[in-house]
Amino acid sequence: MAIILKRKPLNLLEKLYLPQIVAGLSTTLKHMVAPKETMEYPEERPPIPKGYRGVPTLVKDPEGREKCVSCQLCEFVCPPKAIRIIPGEIQDEEHANVEKAPKEFDIDMLRCIYCGMCEEVCPEEAIWLQNQYSMSGYSREEMVNNKEKLYELGGTLPDQHFKWKKKKEAEAAGNAH
Amino acid sequence: MSDDQKDDGLISVFIDGEEVRTKPGTNIIEVAASVGKEIPHYCYHPKLSVSGNCRMCLVELGMPGKDRATGKPMLNDDGSPKIMFFPGPAIGCGTNAAPNMHIKTDSDMVKECREGVTEFLLANHPLDCPICDQAGECRLQEFSTSHGAGYSRFVEQKNVKPKRTRLGPRVMLDDERCILCSRCIRFCQEVADDDVLGFTDRGSYSTLTCFPGKQLENNYSLNTVDICPVGALTSTDFRFKMRVWFLKQVKSIDFETSVGCNTEVWSREGKIYRITPRRNDAVNDTWMPDSGRELYKLVESDDRLEICQVDQVKVSPSEALSKAVELLQASDGLAIVGSGRCSVEEQYALKKIAETTKAVGVYLVGRYGEDDGILVSKDRNPNVRGALMTGLIDSLPEESLSELGAKIDSGEVKAILSVKEDLIAAGLSKAQLQKVALISLDTQSYPSTEVAKVAIAGLTPFERSGALVNQQFRIQKFHKAVPGPSGAVDDLVALGTIQANLSGESFPSTVASIWKSLGESGPFEGLSFQSISDEGILLDGTGFDSLPFVEGKSLHFEPKQEAVAAE
Repeated sequence: MAIILKRKPLNLLEKLYLPQIVAGLSTTLKHMVAPKETMEYPEERPPIPKGYRGVPTLVKDPEGREKCVSCQLCEFVCPPKAIRIIPGEIQDEEHANVEKAPKEFDIDMLRCIYCGMCEEVCPEEAIWLQNQYSMSGYSREEMVNNKEKLYELGGTLPDQHFKWKKKKEAEAAGNAH
Repeated sequence: MSDDQKDDGLISVFIDGEEVRTKPGTNIIEVAASVGKEIPHYCYHPKLSVSGNCRMCLVELGMPGKDRATGKPMLNDDGSPKIMFFPGPAIGCGTNAAPNMHIKTDSDMVKECREGVTEFLLANHPLDCPICDQAGECRLQEFSTSHGAGYSRFVEQKNVKPKRTRLGPRVMLDDERCILCSRCIRFCQEVADDDVLGFTDRGSYSTLTCFPGKQLENNYSLNTVDICPVGALTSTDFRFKMRVWFLKQVKSIDFETSVGCNTEVWSREGKIYRITPRRNDAVNDTWMPDSGRELYKLVESDDRLEICQVDQVKVSPSEALSKAVELLQASDGLAIVGSGRCSVEEQYALKKIAETTKAVGVYLVGRYGEDDGILVSKDRNPNVRGALMTGLIDSLPEESLSELGAKIDSGEVKAILSVKEDLIAAGLSKAQLQKVALISLDTQSYPSTEVAKVAIAGLTPFERSGALVNQQFRIQKFHKAVPGPSGAVDDLVALGTIQANLSGESFPSTVASIWKSLGESGPFEGLSFQSISDEGILLDGTGFDSLPFVEGKSLHFEPKQEAVAAE
């Protein structure tokens, strides 16, 4: 059943329209001087909060060594199976602290769901979901980040542990007996 | 005690209050395992001597008490026998079950013992798990989780020991990971009969090493890697290749010799990474030779025949098969060269083809080498006895096909169907093969494949299923672990198709269906592929006693002639 609303007749002030125009203009003027709520993306980018889960990346330690030892836990835990690793052995024993590093490391960003499980499971703190949030490409192949791309995206993060370095130093020092 | 020694010769022991009947002389770990209770252990191995040095299997033991003055059993208030538990724990591996023994496997004291042992083992253990190949199948990892304290109190500097020591061509040693269980040492002494490993230094500095000037290079060295409960010994072939939790295991058989070691093939996404032994107490215990572990390389070898060929032109499997049938129908003097590497099912199909075509000769190529008295026998064909039992051949194969060569020269043989054999290596010349219509079915591209009219690309043992009869006349199954190349055809499908086209009747081309006729009569009567257990079934081979089999004595095999002579 249709509802019939009765419209009240306008009073004098309303009929004049002027108070409404003034009220409207004052809102407009207020917003002209108030701080902006929007930004001009992509030239301007929002600040990223701590703990944000952006594109997964591989990081190096402050001495420029690969942190990943290709334990493949991230490959195992990845729910959409976006990660593929081919493990390899480091031949350069002088420079390396550890024997193992990934030969190939691919993350398919069309599969990645940014869940952060890889970062959580990593025993070496080598994989991090950092600030980058937009990934685009013209082909499927372009959307697969290989090892070089992952290190380029990841950069270097500070390290508190230097686990393998300490181990190598202990090895060089030998036992106390 | 005689009351407890009932007619069946078993004794009663009580594990956590539950009565278990067991054979006298069984140790407590095995008794507990028989009722599904795992007593954690590192150094104990069912096929090696007991050394009792890891102390992980400590349990509480007790016997029903007796009054010393009267000799009468001591009873609780409710009339049940009073159990007097020993004040200290005892090792389960080194203690045999005794009648009426009571064993506590998860009392507070036992739990505390395990926690203590685990803490000591972890004190100097490196945090290598992310790069350790054993991770995922490491006993120390498992027991640290289930029986460890879950935290570390060790703040001192950990011991440093040599890492990346090469013990031999196939084995790497990381001494820091070693928990000094001595399984590898005992294996080398007791099974491989090649005493090369030992400990040097004392206390926490104890280190596993090879004796000076020696190497762990015997053909059984990789078994030490299998039995190492931690990642101290690792295989150089499998090193850093893949984490074990990705790998799928499929039961298979070692194709190398007629011993027929039971194996497991570990693969991921169609790629095989390693082969390990599978326990079969009647054949290979828990061991296998190193040489058999490399056979998987056949799958991706450079000379792999991946696509069928007709006159050296690549064709689809169906074209190759129809050409083969055409050639077989056209030629009257057909010789068949089967192989001791074929499964029983394929040999049966070959036998049927021989019957249909009235073949002028059926041959097998013999392969003989030196045996080592353990798990490598003289006969390097895994299934010669299968060929005998299916009736494909009636005498032992010779290494050279000179008889067939003579028949080619005389013009009696005009076509050859060869399966899984390189005829040039077996003594025929290229000129001889060019005279006949050669149809070969194989996985590798041999010199003789080049002169074949039709070369059908077959599958390796890892890509198909079937059964083999080993030197004990034990029929054992192997299963498909990975898919074959897309241009290849299953051997049994190829032979089945050929036979069906030649005879004009349908012929089964799957393992399960071919067993319907195989199991109808003859030596395999009553059997089906499903009914063959994983341990295999011992068949009656007495009908072949007169044949001079070449195998000598090995781990679980006594040759017939010698057995007769000994009597």
